[in-house]
Amino acid sequence: MSLQVSELRVYYRTLKGDVRALDGMTFELRDGEILGLVGESGCGKSTLGKSLIRMDGRMRRVGGTVTLDGHELPIDDDRRMNDYRFREVSLIPQYAMSALNPTRKIRRMVTELLRSRGTALDTAELERRMDQVGLPREVLDRYPIELSGGMKQRMVMVISTLLDPSLLIADEVTSALDVSTQKAVARALLGFRDSGYVKSMIFVTHDLALTHHIADTIMVMYAGKLAEKAPADVIVKAPRHPYTRLLLESLPEVGVRYTERRLEGIAGSPPSLLDPPAGCRFRDRCPIAGEECAQEPPVAELAPDHHVACWKA
Amino acid sequence: MRRYFGRKLLIYGLTFFVAVTVNWMIPRFMPGDPIASMVARANVTNAQAVEAMRAYYSNLFGLDQPLWQQYVNFWGALAHGDFGISIWLFPTPVTDVITQAVPYTLALIIPSVLLSWVVGNRFGAYAARRKLLDNTVLPVGYVLTAMPYMWLAVLLAWGFGVLLGWFPVAGGYSFSMRPNWSWTFVLDLLHHWALPFLSLFLVALGGWAIGMRNMIIYELESDYSSYLSALGAPSRLIRRYAFRNAVLPQITGLALQLGVLVAGALVTEIVFAYPGLGSLILKAIQNKDFFLLQGTFLFIVLGVLIANFIIDIVYVVVDPRTRAGMAGAQA
Amino acid sequence: MTTIQEAAPREPAGVRREALYFAVRNGKLMAGFGIVLVLLLLGLFGPLLFAGVPNDYGTRPMSPPSGEHWFGTTTFGQDVFLQFVHGLRSTFVVGVIGGGIAAVIGMFVGFVAGYRGGIVDEVLNMLTNVILVIPTLAVLLIINAYLGIRSVAVQGLFIGLTQWPWAARAIRAQTFSLRTREFVDLARMSGSGTGKIIAKEIAPNMSSYLFMTFILLFGGSVLIASSLDFIGLGPTEGVSLGLMLQNANQWSALQLGMWWWFVPPGAAITAIVGALYVANVGLDEVFNPKLRET
Repeated sequence: MSLQVSELRVYYRTLKGDVRALDGMTFELRDGEILGLVGESGCGKSTLGKSLIRMDGRMRRVGGTVTLDGHELPIDDDRRMNDYRFREVSLIPQYAMSALNPTRKIRRMVTELLRSRGTALDTAELERRMDQVGLPREVLDRYPIELSGGMKQRMVMVISTLLDPSLLIADEVTSALDVSTQKAVARALLGFRDSGYVKSMIFVTHDLALTHHIADTIMVMYAGKLAEKAPADVIVKAPRHPYTRLLLESLPEVGVRYTERRLEGIAGSPPSLLDPPAGCRFRDRCPIAGEECAQEPPVAELAPDHHVACWKA
Repeated sequence: MRRYFGRKLLIYGLTFFVAVTVNWMIPRFMPGDPIASMVARANVTNAQAVEAMRAYYSNLFGLDQPLWQQYVNFWGALAHGDFGISIWLFPTPVTDVITQAVPYTLALIIPSVLLSWVVGNRFGAYAARRKLLDNTVLPVGYVLTAMPYMWLAVLLAWGFGVLLGWFPVAGGYSFSMRPNWSWTFVLDLLHHWALPFLSLFLVALGGWAIGMRNMIIYELESDYSSYLSALGAPSRLIRRYAFRNAVLPQITGLALQLGVLVAGALVTEIVFAYPGLGSLILKAIQNKDFFLLQGTFLFIVLGVLIANFIIDIVYVVVDPRTRAGMAGAQA
Repeated sequence: MTTIQEAAPREPAGVRREALYFAVRNGKLMAGFGIVLVLLLLGLFGPLLFAGVPNDYGTRPMSPPSGEHWFGTTTFGQDVFLQFVHGLRSTFVVGVIGGGIAAVIGMFVGFVAGYRGGIVDEVLNMLTNVILVIPTLAVLLIINAYLGIRSVAVQGLFIGLTQWPWAARAIRAQTFSLRTREFVDLARMSGSGTGKIIAKEIAPNMSSYLFMTFILLFGGSVLIASSLDFIGLGPTEGVSLGLMLQNANQWSALQLGMWWWFVPPGAAITAIVGALYVANVGLDEVFNPKLRET
């Protein structure tokens, strides 16, 4: 067992009250597993990603635990969490294009970053990994502004995984890229797992089609809660949760990317997480909602590794 | 990079052109007969000076010639370094009067500007996002930067000069001395220099500290800082990077503030009767010495342009993006 | 020097109430505006409440503060407090006129350059940069020396005419970033003209930024005016805080130890400008959630 998240609740503090961005998430991630985390924007998937590595100032853990390789992560203690960052948990951020300090050459930045974490730079290893993702070595002696978007993205990927973390969080890494680059990035991530640079990975995205290519397991989130989690093929071919089905139906065909706008094709909008209604949160948009949906559905394991939170599933 | 400097030089060239033109134009836009009114306003009793004034103004304005000819003549005189003759110190050429005052102004302005910039940036960077320090640096910085330069000068002169008697409050050196290269004279110079320097330094310091503090906070919110934090980098490293990035806009800020800093130096000199350009301007105004005033104006503009260009060069050296041939700097 | 961080534009409706909520709880904002308000009221009503002509010579020269003369008297027996309240009024007038004119020009140049782009932008940008480089005080020296500025209002006018470039540049940059936003596109597609789009779509979306710009221009105008006054190029009619400093300096108040002559005017300028700057920081925090203390 690599990662265990149990009953995790993380709220955002706002003026109007707490926004329950994560409201009782429980799931597991095995060694070597790539988990695709899918959902509309605002469903809590980014909050989950952030919670596992670095909460921002407005976020607050209300309950639940995160355990990585047998150690409980102090996710709401910024200082103690530093011991785990980079070494155990690492991040490829959404903003990879602007993640590199503009006034340092890459080599110097990497050296300084590693030294600050008490490690010396193994140039040979770094260059081998750069070769693996097709980055020329001259990149190390360039400033970030001299690199293309794709190069910056790959450079960040290499840097983030340099200390062989156990868990890698890839947060919307493909959303800013064109289709062919997306494929290359996905391939590179798979390569990282296969080479053992990372043990397991959470691939946060709103792109269900791309996730299908890379992930072993797909987890669909809705309004701060788990909707369905199953092996990638099962999610795509035999989804049980009505929300997952609607998501898939809104895809014109597998292999073609859908955008968030098309997702609005599902009538209605998610409930406010400020004061979410009782019962199933998808109820108001669900075509098959019934009486029992006024009660909150528990997450049930319908088949091995197939978890669904729906009375009708 | 060539484009960058080309553009800068074009701006500075245009600026100089505008300044000279304004300088030429304003006397001609004065209502009434400029020569008569100026001679009258000059209030000079020295008959020789009155005659010289009349001759110079007539020659300079060349009112019988067409306007474009007058304008060309004006540029011609400039090209020869001819700014006319001072009325106040008749018959010293304006250029000589100015070149005697310039060293004092430079000695005051260059150290105070550079030091306040360096120290202010350090303070500001250190205070940013550190609650206790921030709560002291920020108010003190705002009070300093809101002070009229001459008022702090007056306060310092009163406190350290009049009340405590530690420093002289007037002149560039003691009246009893003649300028020479002895140690006693140099010490005397420094003694007179200390208070005006301190005054300029302190007012400018506040502004730089505040500017840097704001820039650092902005940089600490930036993506590269978040990335480093997510990788567990210590805040020492993140702050060092933030500082390095925040210094760049502060360099641009230095160029933008030059005018204000020069203005501050002028009024500070007046408070301390320091024999630089500021005191010269005061004398020129009191004696209606328009040649001197106009000459000083052009000198100041020229100085600011040169300083701007030096800052541009520094910027290119410091910012990798301009060197890499990208359009990094906008100013 | 004071910088304004980029103010991220947001939809106005919901934000306004939130801004007010933070505004009344922001100590910097409240303290800053409080100080300015007190001095403004003193400048507005002081001259009405305390009768007398500020420059009239009195019978008791050089006397320190007392019950009769709150701020003492000058070498000529003028009442310093009377000059002070009249001077405050001039200071606010110069700030409003100078800051206002500079803001209007800066907004016009910045909006047009930023929104139109292209050759219009090139020309305006060049003009802005040229005027930006010329040291303001030096130009004002020449103008004032030759024209002999008489009134506070005209002094404010000329200050306004020279102060606008940095504001134009800042506003241009903001406009530039708003130009491609969806709501502007929408307005353009629905056939609105340039002026209308700027007035209806762009300006309201950066109103807080514009207000902060005006505050900085106001402070800058006050400081420049006081320098001009101090050099002896102030308004020949009336009283101002800068003129008070000039007189104090010219008539050796320093050497004579007459601190009551030069302390109040400088302190008032510092208080007004400083309070405005601090209020500006407060405003920035109110409109820019990132800067709020967490």
